[in-house]
Formats: sequence, C-alpha cells, structure tokens
Amino acid sequence: MKKFFSLGLVKGLVYQIIWTAIGAAFVTLIRWILVSRFGFEMKLFAFDRNNVFFTEPAWVVGGVFGVIAFMVGVGAVNDWVKWALGLETPAHPQDEPGWRGYFGPSVDHKVIGIQYTLTSLLLMSIGGAFALVFRTELTRSGLQFLDPNLYNTLMSLHGILMIVSILLGIAGAMNYLVPLLVGAPDMAFPRLNSFSFWIAVPAAVLLLSSLALGGFDTGWTGYPPLSVRAPLGMQMFFLGVFVAGWSSILGALNLIATVLRMRARGMTAFRMPIFVWTAMATSLISLTATQLIGLSFQLVMFERLLGMGFFNPAQGGNPILFQHLFWFYSHPAVYVFVLPGLGIISELLPVFVRKPLFGYKWVAMSSFGIALVGFLVWAHHMFASGMNEYLRVPFMYSTLLVAVPTGVKFFSWVATLWQGKIRTPTPMLFILAGIFVFLLGGLTGPPNATVSTDLHLHDTYFIVGHFHDTMFGGYIFPFFAAIYYWFPKATGRRLNETLGKLHFWLMTPAFIVLSLWMMRVGLLGMRRRIADYDAAMGFDLSHLIMTIAAYVIALSVLIFFVNLIISIRKGREATGNLWQSRSPEWQVPSPMPAHNYPEPIEIVGRPYDYGLEGSVYVKVGK
Amino acid sequence: MRHFVIVGLLVITATLLAYLGLGVVGLLPEQASAQAVTIDWLFNLEIIVLSFLFSLITVPLLYSLVVFRKREGDETDAVHIEGNTRLEITWTVIPLVIVIAFSYLGALNLGEVRRVDPQALDVKVVGFQWGWSFSYPEYGLKSLSELYLPVNRQVLLKMESRDVIHSFYVPEFRMKQDLVPGQITELRVTPVEPGWYTLACAELCGQDHAAMRAPVVVVSREEFEAWIEQKQSEAAEASLSGPSADRGEEIYRQYCKACHSLDGSNGTGPTWRGLIGEKVRLDNGATLIGDEAYIRRSIMEPNAQVVEDFNPNVMPVFGLDELQIEDVIEFIKTLQ
Repeated sequence: MKKFFSLGLVKGLVYQIIWTAIGAAFVTLIRWILVSRFGFEMKLFAFDRNNVFFTEPAWVVGGVFGVIAFMVGVGAVNDWVKWALGLETPAHPQDEPGWRGYFGPSVDHKVIGIQYTLTSLLLMSIGGAFALVFRTELTRSGLQFLDPNLYNTLMSLHGILMIVSILLGIAGAMNYLVPLLVGAPDMAFPRLNSFSFWIAVPAAVLLLSSLALGGFDTGWTGYPPLSVRAPLGMQMFFLGVFVAGWSSILGALNLIATVLRMRARGMTAFRMPIFVWTAMATSLISLTATQLIGLSFQLVMFERLLGMGFFNPAQGGNPILFQHLFWFYSHPAVYVFVLPGLGIISELLPVFVRKPLFGYKWVAMSSFGIALVGFLVWAHHMFASGMNEYLRVPFMYSTLLVAVPTGVKFFSWVATLWQGKIRTPTPMLFILAGIFVFLLGGLTGPPNATVSTDLHLHDTYFIVGHFHDTMFGGYIFPFFAAIYYWFPKATGRRLNETLGKLHFWLMTPAFIVLSLWMMRVGLLGMRRRIADYDAAMGFDLSHLIMTIAAYVIALSVLIFFVNLIISIRKGREATGNLWQSRSPEWQVPSPMPAHNYPEPIEIVGRPYDYGLEGSVYVKVGK
Repeated sequence: MRHFVIVGLLVITATLLAYLGLGVVGLLPEQASAQAVTIDWLFNLEIIVLSFLFSLITVPLLYSLVVFRKREGDETDAVHIEGNTRLEITWTVIPLVIVIAFSYLGALNLGEVRRVDPQALDVKVVGFQWGWSFSYPEYGLKSLSELYLPVNRQVLLKMESRDVIHSFYVPEFRMKQDLVPGQITELRVTPVEPGWYTLACAELCGQDHAAMRAPVVVVSREEFEAWIEQKQSEAAEASLSGPSADRGEEIYRQYCKACHSLDGSNGTGPTWRGLIGEKVRLDNGATLIGDEAYIRRSIMEPNAQVVEDFNPNVMPVFGLDELQIEDVIEFIKTLQ
C-alpha cells in the first residue's frame, strides 16, 4: 500500500484533491470574513442544482491550487526547487526500475513519449466511450435515455477530450521520435519536457471533473453568452483547457530548441527526416497560437467570476470578439493535429514502397505552407456569425488557398507509390487508409470555404463528417500506423499482424460509412449538436447505420488494446531493422538504449534514397 | 506510357461515375428559395471538380496498389526516382488557378445571393431560449409564433436575440444567419415554392436547442393577405376584450414553457403553480408575497427580484406589450 502511494502519479492526484479542497475552503473563509466583518452580501455555500457545496469562485481557486499541488506531488518541479535552494541534483536522474518508472517524473524523452501516448490512448477511450453513449441515444428520433443537458455535456466533453487526446498523442510521437530521428541523446530541456507532460494530467482531471459539477452545454467552442450562463462545469472546462495549453506551449518550445540545436553532424535542413519538418511546423503553431484560446477562455472566466463584460453587449462587450480570439487558435490547431500525422505518412511511405519520397523538398515546404496559410483563415468559421460581411470574401480566398500545399502532399504521395514495390503490412495499410480518408476530408473542405454554399453547410452534420474525416485521416490512422511501426523500436517485440489486420479491416470500412453518412444527413439539413431530431426528416435509418458503424470502430479499437497487451509480453521478438528502414533509429538494436545512440551518429546522405545503389544516410559510430 | 493511358481513361470514367452517382443519390433538399437556386449552381460546379479530383488521386493510388505490388520473393528496392520539379510546379500552379477561379466565382455567387430588392417585405425575427417570434411592422402585427411568407417576394429578415446566440436555418432556403445579442443581423430570402417548412436553430443554445423550431409557411399572395387580415382582426378583438387567460396560455407556450412548469416542479426557473398569494424567498434574503406587481416586474426586469436558488441573468426580457403581460397574469391567476 505504501509503495502504491509513493508512485508519482498517485501522490500527485492525492495532492490535487486535497489542495483543491484547501483552496476552495480558503476562498470560502475569506468570503466569510467579508460577510461577517465587513457586511458584504454574498453566498458562502451553494446548494442549488448547478453547484456542489462550494461557490463558483471557491471551486475555481481550488482548481488552480489543485493543479499546482499535483505538480509538486508528482515531483515534476523537484529539481528546480532544489536549484533555487542551492542544492545539488544528479546530472542524469535515474527512473525507478520497471513499470514504476512510467508513473513518475522521468526525464527520458522515450519514457515521456510513451507516457504521453498512453495518456492519449486513455483519454481517447474515455472520449470515444462518451461518443458511443450519445451515438446510441441518436439511434432513433425522440429522447431515449439521456436528458438534453447530459447529452450536451457528453457531446462537449467528447470534443474536448478528443482534442486533448490528439494533442497528447502528437506530443507523444514527437517526443519519442524527434530526438531519435535527429540523433540527439534527449530533448533540449528534459525537466521542462517532464513538466509539459505532467501538467496535462491535472488538466485532464479538471476537464473530467466538469461532469460531476453540473456539466456544460456549450460544446467545446464555449461561445459566450451561453458559456457565461452555463453551469459550474463550464469553469472546470475553461480551467482544464487553460492548463492543457501550458503543456502544448512548453512542449513546442522544447521541440523547436531540440530541432534547431541538437541535430547530428551533417544533418542539414534538407537532410532532416520529413517527420521532423512537420513536427517543426506544428510546434511553431502551438508555440504562437495556443495563447489565444487560453486568453479567450480566461476572459470568459473573468466575465463569470468578476462581472467583467468583455462579451456582454449590455456592458459594451461584443460576443463576436470571442469567436475571433477563439478561432485564431482553434483553426490553426487543426493543422497542429494533422501535420504530424501527414509527416508520418510521408515518413513511412518510402519505406514500404522502397522508393524515395517524391519531391522531398516540396513536401517539406508544403508543411510550412499549410502552417502559414492556416493562420490567415480563422474567420471561415464565422461566415454566418454576423461579423462584418465584407470580411467573408478575403477569408474565402485564404481558405481555399490551403488546398494548394495540401494538394502538393497528395500528388507527391501518389507519385511515390507509382512504380514502387509496395508492401502492405499493418502500418502501411493504416497509412493508405489515412491518405484515402484525409482525401475525403480534404475534398469536402472547399464547399465549406465558398461562402454561399457554407451558409447551407455551416453547423450541420456535413461539418461533423468533414471534420472527423480530417481528424481520422490526418491523425487517427497515421497514429495507429506509427504505433504498429515503432512498437518494436520501443519494446523489442512486434504487434501481432493478424490482430492488426483485423483492427484495420473493421475500423476502416466502418469509419468511411460513418463519415459519409454524417455528411449525407448534413447535406439534407440535419443540424449538428442536437440531442434529438425530428422524425419527419426521415433520418432514423441513417442514424441506425451510423450507430452500428460507431460500435464496429469501438470493437476494432478494443482489439487493438488486446493486441497491445498480448504483444508487449508475448509478441514475436524483433530487435533488428524490422522494416529495412534507412532512418537512424533502426540502425541500432531495439529496444532503444537509455541515452539513445551509443556513439554520436553522422549524416552522410539523403534520407530516402531507396533504390540508389551504395547510398548511405547514417553512419553509426566511427 | 501504357500505365498513364490506362490510368487516364480510368480517371475519366471514375469522374463520370462519381458525378452521376452523387446525382442519383441526390444530395440536397428541395429548392424553396431563389437563393437556393443560385447556391445549388455553385454546389453543382464544385461537385464536378471534386469528383474529378477524387478520381485523380484515388485511381492512380488503387492502380499502384494492384500493379506496383511487391512480387513474391522480390526483396529489392524499386526504381530511384527523386522527384520532378516541373511536375511539382504544375501541380502547384494549376490548383492555384482553380482555387482563385473558385474564390472569384464564390464571391460573385455570394453577391447574387445577397441581391437587394427595395420592395422587400420587412419581418422582424426574435430568437430566445428556446423559441422564435415573428413581427410584421408593415401590418402592425407582433409576436406571432409562425412565419408566414408570400411566394416570389423578397423578405428582409431583421433578426435579434434576447439571450444567447441562435441561428436562423431553413434547409430548403439553403441559408443561415446567426442572431447575436446586442445587434441586428439581416438575411434576405425570396421563397419560390409554396409549402410548409421548418425553421430550426442551428447554433447550440443550451438545453433545448434541438427543439428550438418554428413552422415556416410559404403561401400565395392572396392567401398571405387573407392571413394578415385574419391576424389583424384577432389582434383588434384582443385589445377590445381585455385580458384573457387563453391568450396568456398561448404566450406561455411560446415563451415561458421551456423554463417554468405548471405542475409545481422547478426547472430553469421557478414553477408558476400557486404563485399568487404565496410567500417568495428572494436571492438577497428578502421575502415577499406573490402578487400582480411582482409578476409584472419579473417579466419586465427579470434580474430585479431573483428567487432564491435560481440564477440571475438567465431570463431574457421578451418585450411583451401591456396587453400580453395582462394576459399572462390572467393565466397565472388560474393556476392556484
């Protein structure tokens, strides 16, 4: 028992709970003093249906206390505190041995990468389970077993949990892979790296706590004035996203520093693996745009707590201002979600096609093209919002422009496949499905970009289908491909191919059916984010099909987890260069040793020269 | 070369099949407004181009998977082709031209959709949690629960929200426009097809967002005039006859039902059962006895006297007129 409570994660969570209560009690004490000594009129406790025991300000301050306490409890700030006190710390901190090392504040980028990935999978499962619950509710018209408030809360939580899950998933992939791919012993700032991961955990706890604190019915977009009136859960959502933003910003900073300063000898910009390019592009967006969502949510928090009417027209505020601030991050954010996935597609294709990546430089630059244009398109979410009408036309131009660099990627992938010698083990299958599904997502984009057609499509299931296509094609499929591909690197064993193929052949058709049907009912006028739909619209059968498809996807992911658990103990051993890759991490035996390469590596050629006689990319050792 | 010819032919075939297939399935609802015709023209053009682009990528992809598969026992690498700058420039520039062309067409199309008819019929639309009300200033009609529109005449909808953001959406009209608190937004629609449609809120607006619907009825000019006259005479009758609990109940169903129950259970707002003559505890600790003045004030200034355990800033000011307020009070009086 004592051993259990000494785990960093457990200690952190206990600290978080205790200090949330202490923080809330502290605020309540101050309010009591104000009431009893100074005659203020305010509530000390709240027992109505939205709040639980403490008042809203008490909960919010408690939440902040809890996050700080978690970080102290887990031990992510230990070394910094010691340095501040003038104490020595070991230059190479050792993790606890075995599985316990994954539950404490490791500074090894590979451990942190796996911590990120597992946390991401956990949140994905929770978010997916929420989706199944309300997907089941939607099977038939009429309300079956959810009340509209719970429906709205689950739908909102599904959105934000998946987004945080994706952010953690790409952080996992980037953390694990980028130091390996650039030949570095670790990230530039290992302790900051640990901090970036661990702060995402209390953030996730805050997000989930909103379920118990009245929920929130605004969707993950949290538009005021609705979010100003929503129950207490809204504040926990805002605070959770605010804290998760720290994880993104600091992680991105660390990654940029690593890529800029820690590349192996000989690795010039155009000799970097393509995934490193996309990781750079993604991190530049995260580093510079995440602040805006934090800020916009913080403004609503202050509007609720302190009565500052930023978005309240009665106090001179403007509700549309929020949407500009929000989308200034949240549109580029979707490129944060997909760029690393597109990088994985470009990274793995040459390996399985045995041909160089077609137009490497163009593919590399296209990621920066997408990142740059992505900053200039945010108001296409607001064509019907009532913003100044003339703004819609320039945003239509900029939005359609995204198609150009995205097109370069698609054409280059097809050209890479052309005349190759294509092998199709599980990772390659997921890559191919990723390309196809992302194509569906990409091609359904332009009708949302041209203003007049968007006036019909906006806020319908068409958008839901389009968005899920981009996320599955740009993240979910490549992410699974990456796990199947790099699992042997991390563990020395490979995942079971039969189960992998079963996972693939269940998930892919089911998902395509699900997303196409979403778009179909959307085109016919089905609004998004509704707990119930009119039976007269005739969508019952479509929704039944979508629900079945959703369950098949869930089943396939369950098979994936079974595969993960079986293979980690009993999987076939694979310690060598399993995929005959030219990439540096495969030139040393798996699993990767503690400080990566035993000797510094040197880059002497181009990364994807498959089929070029006698060419070398990496020299390991002297 | 042979590969390119085959793929080229397959791309053309697939494009035709995709376009025709989508046409057979039928993608969009009925066209019930002049704007819908314009918008669907752009939809159709986009579907043609997108069918082509879809085929252009998927056909060579699938073709490669079949033809360029690794042969049994062949462990060698494929041909070393690094890229082709001319090709890259081609597939950057051509999409760029297409994109700019579509932006230009999109702007023209938007202009056409927004074309102003100075003879347009003004209708005021008010959205609130969770319902709609419609007024016809030209005819002196207020707070109606259905939107009646004459066919083939442009309507200028001037829209405002009483509380949070809502969105006006009739799929058959192909357009939506948000209703934003603190400002008036506009939408112009020219119905061209008589019939019954449903207006629904398209912007998540809280608990009963899904149920925030109202009927839209497009009728011939004569029927519209007749309907206007009927509504006017109903209104005139109402102003002569004094307060009526029946009309109060109608107002209740339109505006109040979402939050106030009649059976004694509390929802977002307190129940109306037994409101008159009962003791009411307020948020600030004061108590009062429920009477007409209290109800009137609660309707006109919802935040002035908030009942204990309920939240302020939730109930909107609906802008009911004097007669409507009296009707509501009359209705509440019957709920003892």
